[in-house]
Amino acid sequence: MYTQGLDQKQKKSVADPGDSPERLAAFQARIDADEKIEPKDWMPSAYRKTLIRQMSQHAHSEIVGMLPEGNWISRAPTLRRKAILLAKVQDEAGHGLYIYGGTETLGVSRDDLVADLLSGKAKYSSIFNYPTVTWADVGAIGWLVDGAAIMNQIPLCRCSYGPYSRAMIRVCKEESFHQRQGYEIMLELCRGTDEQKRMAQDALNRWWWPSLMMFGPSDKTSEHSAQSMAWKIKRFSNDELRQKYVDATVPQADYLGLRMPDEKLVFDEKTGHYEFGEIDWQEFFEVLKGNGKCNRERLEARNRAHDEGRWVREAARAYAEKQAAKDAA
Amino acid sequence: MNKEKALIAYVTRMGDNAIIMAQRLSEWVGHGPELEEEMAMGNFALDYVGQSRMYFSYAGELEGKGRSEDDICFLRDGWDYGNVLLLEQPNGDYGETIARLVLFETFYSLQLGALVTSPAKKLAEIAARAIKESTYHLRHAGHWLIRLGDGTDESHRRVQDAIDRLWTYTGELFEADQVDQIMQSDWEAPDLTDLRGHWHRQIDELLAKATLQKPDDGWMDSGGKNGHHSEHLGYILAEMQSLQRTYPGANW
Repeated sequence: MYTQGLDQKQKKSVADPGDSPERLAAFQARIDADEKIEPKDWMPSAYRKTLIRQMSQHAHSEIVGMLPEGNWISRAPTLRRKAILLAKVQDEAGHGLYIYGGTETLGVSRDDLVADLLSGKAKYSSIFNYPTVTWADVGAIGWLVDGAAIMNQIPLCRCSYGPYSRAMIRVCKEESFHQRQGYEIMLELCRGTDEQKRMAQDALNRWWWPSLMMFGPSDKTSEHSAQSMAWKIKRFSNDELRQKYVDATVPQADYLGLRMPDEKLVFDEKTGHYEFGEIDWQEFFEVLKGNGKCNRERLEARNRAHDEGRWVREAARAYAEKQAAKDAA
Repeated sequence: MNKEKALIAYVTRMGDNAIIMAQRLSEWVGHGPELEEEMAMGNFALDYVGQSRMYFSYAGELEGKGRSEDDICFLRDGWDYGNVLLLEQPNGDYGETIARLVLFETFYSLQLGALVTSPAKKLAEIAARAIKESTYHLRHAGHWLIRLGDGTDESHRRVQDAIDRLWTYTGELFEADQVDQIMQSDWEAPDLTDLRGHWHRQIDELLAKATLQKPDDGWMDSGGKNGHHSEHLGYILAEMQSLQRTYPGANW
């Protein structure tokens, strides 16, 4: 899941007059009974709003996320790798479309959501504002970024909102394939020449900390977790998920023979967990604000595609109207 | 040239067409006019990468010198690439990409249709698989050509310009050289003169539906099949081959 900024931006929601205490209580009772909420069911306006934000941010992330990896399709080192990468980026477009579709069940249109992305009003995951400068970055994204995404998305398969939960079940299957292919790229590099090993280590150095930031701010500063937990949109806190991710990933780095770029990283025998160093939250908030290496380029790329494609969409619409007029005649 | 050598050259050229088309189409990923169209172009690119792998592996087998699909793809320079010039031209706008797809896929579907009965068994098998993909690509691109041609004034103008600009590269598709002649006589590959007639009929029909004019056959550029390329191919290869060239012999 790519909704790490969710905890910051949301303004205090004003209670909708339709949200009477009785209705809210009845809704909560359904959630507590683990019932799925479906599009036509009544839901509190804040629940709807939270889901629209979270799901659209997720969809935007899938779409913007095509850019850093797409950057290597033309240069993939073998035909097999090129085919796998193309298929993976295609999957992401599919996830984006699917989740936009799920978001539309909440009464918003994809066009409006995309307009918010293009204007910079809506957020997408900051991880995609980091550049992919070597082939190893394609491996690191699969291994680390998709690995972190899976950690976030598996609990979302049990999310209380039916369409999102079902979307996540499908998305998770493909994400686990993405993660494996990323790890396989890393493995091949680590078995390779000194230069390839250097490439792999360099990618890990650059992607490790940003991947930890994908889980969002620490529980101490995160504001909206409690309500999302009560609504079963969120099942684990940011820090819990981050810890799970670290525990799962460090042994994978060991197996590759790579060094985590964290001198404070140590296994605690008593807790059975890895302790790790302090995340640079300053960097996190800067990138979130727009001050990352690729923020501007990513949005410009999407805007350019949208602007340059306008005449194509207009033509398709004009043609459809002509056909409809002919059929009516 | 004996028939075995001709077969290797012919199969390699088909792989070259496929990979160069894949490189061009994949440039749309992340940059298309609509998400669905990015996916379509990405899917077509993926089909073409798959086809290039089959052609190159087969060429490597026939040659018997132990060259892999990647050796053939990544370790040859432009003069050994035999793709037609049409495919290495830049994408242009979406209309130009669609126009190129229509011009090429119409040819390629006909070519594959003839090859499915070739006595070169493996080539026939690849053709049988590729023709399914090609038929689908052509249907998709054909629909778009009609939409753009018969859409707005702007789209009509743009796609007409694209057809006019690309027309000069269509002659090469039907120019038979020694490889094509041996393939026709010994491996039942299509007669390119016959194929040209079919191609014109199909293109006429599609252009009419799209309210577009067929350009006159003026001077036709050619040479790609024999390694005489435009300036564009060098950049495609430089980009595509960069890792294999920078780190020779590495496994990926």
